[in-house]
Amino acid sequence: MISLSLNGKTVQLSATPDTPLLWALRDELGYTGTKFGCGISACGACTVHVDGKPVRACVTALEAVAGKQVTTIEAMGSNRIGQALQAAWIRNDVPQCGYCQSGQIMSAAALLARNPKPNDIDIDEAMRRNLCRCGTYNRIRAAIKDAAATLGA
Amino acid sequence: MSTNPFTTRREFLKGSAATTGALVIGFTLPVSSRFAQAAAAAEPGQATGFAPNAFLRIAPDGQVTVICGLSEMGQGVHMGIASLVAEELDADWKSVKLEQAPVDKAYNNPLFGMQATGGSTAIRGHYEPMRKAGAAAREMLVAAAAGNWGVDAAACRTQDGRVMGPDGKSAGYGELVAAASKLPVPQNPGLKDPKDFRILGKGLTRIDTPAKVDGSAGFGIDVKVPGLLTAVMVHAPVPGATIVSVDDAAAKAIPGVRRVVQIPQGVAVLADGYWTALKGRDALVVKWNDGALGSLSSAGISKLLTDATTRPGAVARNEGDVSVAVAKTIEAVYEAPYLAHACMEPMNCTAWVRAGAAEVWAPTQGPGPHQGIIAQLTGLAPEQVQVHTTYLGGGFGRRFAPDFVIASTLLSKAAGVPVKLVYTREDDMRAWFYRPASVTRFTAGLDAAGNPVSLTARVASPALSIAAGFATELPKGIDEAAVEGIADMLYAFPNLRVEYARAEPGIPPWFWRSVGHSQNVYFIEAFIDEIAAAAGKDPVEFRRSLLARQPRLRGVLDLAAQKAGWGSPLPQGVHRGVAITNCFGSFVAQVAEVSMNANGKPRVQRIVAAVDCGRTVNPDVIHRQVEGAVVFGLSAALHEKITVRNGRVEQSNFNDYPMLRMDEMPRVEVHIVPSTEAPGGIGEPGLPPATPAVINAIFAATGKRVRTLPI
Repeated sequence: MISLSLNGKTVQLSATPDTPLLWALRDELGYTGTKFGCGISACGACTVHVDGKPVRACVTALEAVAGKQVTTIEAMGSNRIGQALQAAWIRNDVPQCGYCQSGQIMSAAALLARNPKPNDIDIDEAMRRNLCRCGTYNRIRAAIKDAAATLGA
Repeated sequence: MSTNPFTTRREFLKGSAATTGALVIGFTLPVSSRFAQAAAAAEPGQATGFAPNAFLRIAPDGQVTVICGLSEMGQGVHMGIASLVAEELDADWKSVKLEQAPVDKAYNNPLFGMQATGGSTAIRGHYEPMRKAGAAAREMLVAAAAGNWGVDAAACRTQDGRVMGPDGKSAGYGELVAAASKLPVPQNPGLKDPKDFRILGKGLTRIDTPAKVDGSAGFGIDVKVPGLLTAVMVHAPVPGATIVSVDDAAAKAIPGVRRVVQIPQGVAVLADGYWTALKGRDALVVKWNDGALGSLSSAGISKLLTDATTRPGAVARNEGDVSVAVAKTIEAVYEAPYLAHACMEPMNCTAWVRAGAAEVWAPTQGPGPHQGIIAQLTGLAPEQVQVHTTYLGGGFGRRFAPDFVIASTLLSKAAGVPVKLVYTREDDMRAWFYRPASVTRFTAGLDAAGNPVSLTARVASPALSIAAGFATELPKGIDEAAVEGIADMLYAFPNLRVEYARAEPGIPPWFWRSVGHSQNVYFIEAFIDEIAAAAGKDPVEFRRSLLARQPRLRGVLDLAAQKAGWGSPLPQGVHRGVAITNCFGSFVAQVAEVSMNANGKPRVQRIVAAVDCGRTVNPDVIHRQVEGAVVFGLSAALHEKITVRNGRVEQSNFNDYPMLRMDEMPRVEVHIVPSTEAPGGIGEPGLPPATPAVINAIFAATGKRVRTLPI
């Protein structure tokens, strides 16, 4: 059994240690907000936070996060940055199909946690690994700035 | 507002008038379609379903539920349908929620004659029927209130979910449902004057957004069923390949692998979860007989298509005589590659085939035809097959294909348990559903004064209507999708001929966002620019001169040119290009501003789009659909290409099939032409002009024509 902290609660997982965190979250714990897109860390749909840093859950083995703090989209409504981002995402009507948006918000949350006032280049750098096939990039950019403004107010 | 894509048919029936006293309104929508016959053929014995055919339900507590048979794949159709009903119902918008419909003929798309979503048809097909559904309910509620109060219905009005009568009388819709349910349903209710609209044209926030920012939106891949096994499959590497042998010993030795099941489509490992199923799948040793297409290569396909353009084809359009003498001839050959849809949610489907019933949860654009297919595969009657349409993590035409539904149904049937089949990204990328490769050869003639006299286009491409099963032979030899965007162009050439030279490389083509327009508008709009340059004319002025009798298309051209400041100075190194299209009932023009990097690659700085899509249901959704379509087009122009070697697709994942990312995004501006015309489609028309606008800007920057993609 591998133990870790998921969204502030300790959980025990019986999946094999090589199981990617993504599939442990989705299949064993039923946390399906984190999405599968590519399996090779190329699209960002599975982005979660491990000890506050954005990581790709599809290539992060369970054994590598034993004892660590894992945060998923499901917890974003209960922290200040997550709330601001979700509200900005709604105000700016960002999602289309919505499949990539959990990962987008997780990447954006990590960005705002270390850089409360990101400029366009900061946003490009933080978000360029998150694909969106519906093409919501400009809305994401606007929503990140919107959330940053809310948080700074 | 909320949406619940997992509402089952049983819950739906439970919630209907029979058991709750709620008001349920239904109409049978008219069926008129070029695809109607094909749909009927695809759905033998399609369910006649339950009665009444319902589009809305009002509960005694006033809750309004709009029931939508169309698939939400990001285009905002849930919002659109709910808005149409709520507007005419005069509902309190805060009390409106949306429910995904089961499969029933009542929910057939009027433009397809089957329950399917695509072709930018949702608003075009449902603008009036859904308004009538709302209006009929409103009339019945008013009649019920008037009857209760003993007043004339004409003395009553409605607002925000209430009927107001004389002397301050007022009743909420919920209070009236019992009385209204006893009244006859008006078959031709009066509709509002658009000037009285409170919801349509206003741009309310989408109803599906909250669930899409907190991880709770239910996509197909998120479906959970008790006893579910997850399947990952070895798929045929070559179209038509057959299995020679399977060694599953190593796969079965992996703890957690439950079954190995062989079906005609491949060999699947069924396990307790995806990761184990994937490990099992990767441990399978499957030998294939490649069949006839094992030597297929992109070079051979390109040659086949290009050669086909040197021979006469079927005549798709012929006006005047293109053999007239001209002073100057311009010729060019354009080529577009196969493209993947690359929906962010990989193809998947959950099927549970039991004795006497099947239940399928699918992110599908075609629940209607897919129900018929499942019935055929299981030997069940269509009404024994429930299809639950989930949210779709992208569609773009890909999810109209039934491959993932067929395979999961067969796996569940064989294994006797619920099976969720999940494609890996590599499986998804290599599933042989692609926008077809295409080659077009153009010849144009100018007179001595530089006026365009003639245009000949010969398109070589596979026939999509046959690959999709919509036709078994081509009417007059023409495949509509192969030539659309060219054969139906609105430019007035005195002598014009468009031919279709069918060429079938063996890779089955499929619908991709904007279908034939995606490549053909690139071809024609880039070539029109070549003609303009040869004539020494400004690209905007040249187009205008050929559109004298096309006010809507010329209107968007003028608006885009004006908003982009066409003709005004640009920063050093930035150049403009323009392109236009008319498709899916709408008109779009785009101006691209492009600079060239030191490595010779274009950097798209800005896209200015003008759109005339008739009356608007939701301007915000229109903006976003056009922005998204521009990204789709730019991504294809700059990055995307599926290539084949030894019958196998060379690309596998987002590392070798790159798509546009945040740091390449231009500014995108969308301007909507105010219009009282009938609504046009909006999911696709924004795509086709993006590529040629960029190509034409690159010509302005470099003097070079880009005639193959990606750039």
